[in-house]
Amino acid sequence: MSFLDTVRIALRALLKNKMRAVLTIIGVVIGIAAVTTIVSIGQGAGQLVSGEFEALGTNVVLVLPGQTRRGGVRQSGAPTLTAADADAIRVECPAVLAASPIVGTSGQIIYGNENWNPKEMQGVGADHLTVRNWALDAGGFFSQTDIDSNAQVCVIGQTLIPKLFRTVNPLDETVRVNNVPFRIIGILKKKGANMVGDDQDDVVLMPHSTVRKRLNGSPLDTVHAIMVSARSTDQMSKATKEIRALMYERHEVGPNDEADFSVQDTTEIAATLAIITGTLTLMLSAIAGISLLVGGVGIMNIMLVSVTERTREIGIRMAIGARGKDILRQFLVESVVLSCIGGAIGIALGTAASMAATMLINAYKPGTEWPMVVSIPAALVAMAFAAAVGVFFGYYPARRASMLDPIDALRYE
Amino acid sequence: MALIELKDVRRVYDLGEVQVHALRSVTRNVELGEYIALIGASGSGKSTLMNTLGCLDRPTHGSYLLGGEEVVTMNRDQRAKIRNRQLGFVFQSYNLLNRTSALENVELPLMYGKKIPPRERRDRAMEMLGKVGLADRYHHHPSQLSGGQQQRVAIARALVNRPSILMGDEPTGNLDSKTSREVIELFRELNEEQKITVILVTHDQNVARNAKRVIVLRDGEVVEDTQEFSLAKAALEYDPTVS
Ligand SMILES: Nc1ncnc2c1ncn2[C@@H]1O[C@H](COP(=O)(O)OP(=O)(O)O)[C@@H](O)[C@H]1O
Ligand SMILES: [Mg+2]
Repeated sequence: MSFLDTVRIALRALLKNKMRAVLTIIGVVIGIAAVTTIVSIGQGAGQLVSGEFEALGTNVVLVLPGQTRRGGVRQSGAPTLTAADADAIRVECPAVLAASPIVGTSGQIIYGNENWNPKEMQGVGADHLTVRNWALDAGGFFSQTDIDSNAQVCVIGQTLIPKLFRTVNPLDETVRVNNVPFRIIGILKKKGANMVGDDQDDVVLMPHSTVRKRLNGSPLDTVHAIMVSARSTDQMSKATKEIRALMYERHEVGPNDEADFSVQDTTEIAATLAIITGTLTLMLSAIAGISLLVGGVGIMNIMLVSVTERTREIGIRMAIGARGKDILRQFLVESVVLSCIGGAIGIALGTAASMAATMLINAYKPGTEWPMVVSIPAALVAMAFAAAVGVFFGYYPARRASMLDPIDALRYE
Repeated sequence: MALIELKDVRRVYDLGEVQVHALRSVTRNVELGEYIALIGASGSGKSTLMNTLGCLDRPTHGSYLLGGEEVVTMNRDQRAKIRNRQLGFVFQSYNLLNRTSALENVELPLMYGKKIPPRERRDRAMEMLGKVGLADRYHHHPSQLSGGQQQRVAIARALVNRPSILMGDEPTGNLDSKTSREVIELFRELNEEQKITVILVTHDQNVARNAKRVIVLRDGEVVEDTQEFSLAKAALEYDPTVS
């Protein structure tokens, strides 16, 4: 019998018992809908997270200060990192591409009659844009010479433009930061909001030396953090090791001493995040799997009932020449058609559910654009899953039907 | 070579404690184009023999050659193929698929056979229904047809694959005498005009009288095989317990 005829017969048989067919596939519908929703939302979260890491910079390793000990006295919070550390890391660690010291500050920025308190005001190194994987929209960035000479120049993020300048081109304009004049030499490209919804373009970047000396008035050469980027993702752990070794040496940390700094590999953070989302996905998938299992058992149950009810039909078909495999195929196709219809409805419902979820998330969390992912491969996998459920749970009943003896089947009342 | 050659065919039903000898030893030949009636008391083994001939059942002993081929040692698929291509079977209770049109019922054997385009399948089914006088009933479902009409659909279905043998197990058993006569007439026509070999189980004397050869079974054995209906009738009515 041709495949098309088999499918037609299967559809016909299912249509004779519409209500039953509908009830039978509910389990599969729920299972597949759950799988689709989980995959969509999970992928959305994945994109969001990886987007965040890209925004943070590529292959970033963070060096943060710890506590200093002087004469056995712990001086907590005192910064121990210096700009020289950053230079050394860049020069001496082969796996490191760039390093930028970070000095934080805060305050008001004034231009004419307008003033604004940017979320982030940082003193950074000349390599900062490389480390953060950021680019300029206009103008240039400050150089090592600017840093060495404590130049009063700055680069601003997109958010500041409408706040301070309206129609004026900000390039080469002079603003006052905490009453210290800074000339704007560059404008950053838009980066958007980060994972927590913070506006990353609400930023002013200045040479770290200038910030330390002119704004913070600090006599020490200390910085708050060093952001380092490795040459490639593969080299991150190598870079981390090299930095650690170099810093141990530079800071004269003995084997029994507690280090006065810490080196954090962002892939470790990413890995931790991945474990968390992975665990969540696994749990949800388990639930989806159970509902698929229940759906499959439902199909098997109904197919068994159907085989029994149609024993006589099977006998008739055999009497006129249907082979065992024709009967097997007929019932198998029937259960697969059943589960695939369930799968298709499930995918539709799941897609709708994940759309709704995305809209809800975005509505309650302004600033974050949680991406809507409708994954075609995921839909195909879900469909294949549904079909597999049909085959797996339909096989036993179909096999039973195909093994019937024609005479016994014909005699069945 | 005869069309059908049965040699020492036996069928024993093993019910655990007892063994039922439905067929004790049947050795018989059937030639192409014959019209045979199988008669005998209830329980004499007619259906068992018929199912064996129809390749629906396998004897527990003996040999059954159909067109020179041994059926007894064939597997399920091979027997299914023979049922599909070489034999047409009609039943007392018609055995049509319900909620399925007459046309589709008749098309069914063509679906399980060699690949035939749906168009041709349809045409052949229509032609066959026309031959059994149901040209105006293509789309009726079995429940919308009378018993006689249903049996005609079943006959059309049995013949649509152009088998050489048409078999029936009490095909007129559920019909009233008028429709029964019409169906018998159809069998006779098929035998005489299309040269189809017809083998029928019956307890209807009219059917048996119509046949050219009558085989009488008693307790799983052939007790008479004759072209004279009167002899068959005598054998049927003979009671070995009397006299
Ligand atoms: N499936 C079966 N299991 C056990 N005994 C059977 C079965 N089918 C038929 N028989 C027995 O075999 C004998 C012949 O039955 P059957 O061929 O149906 O007779 P008929 O058709 O002539 O009435 C009877 O005694 C019947 O009880
Ligand atoms: Mg019988």
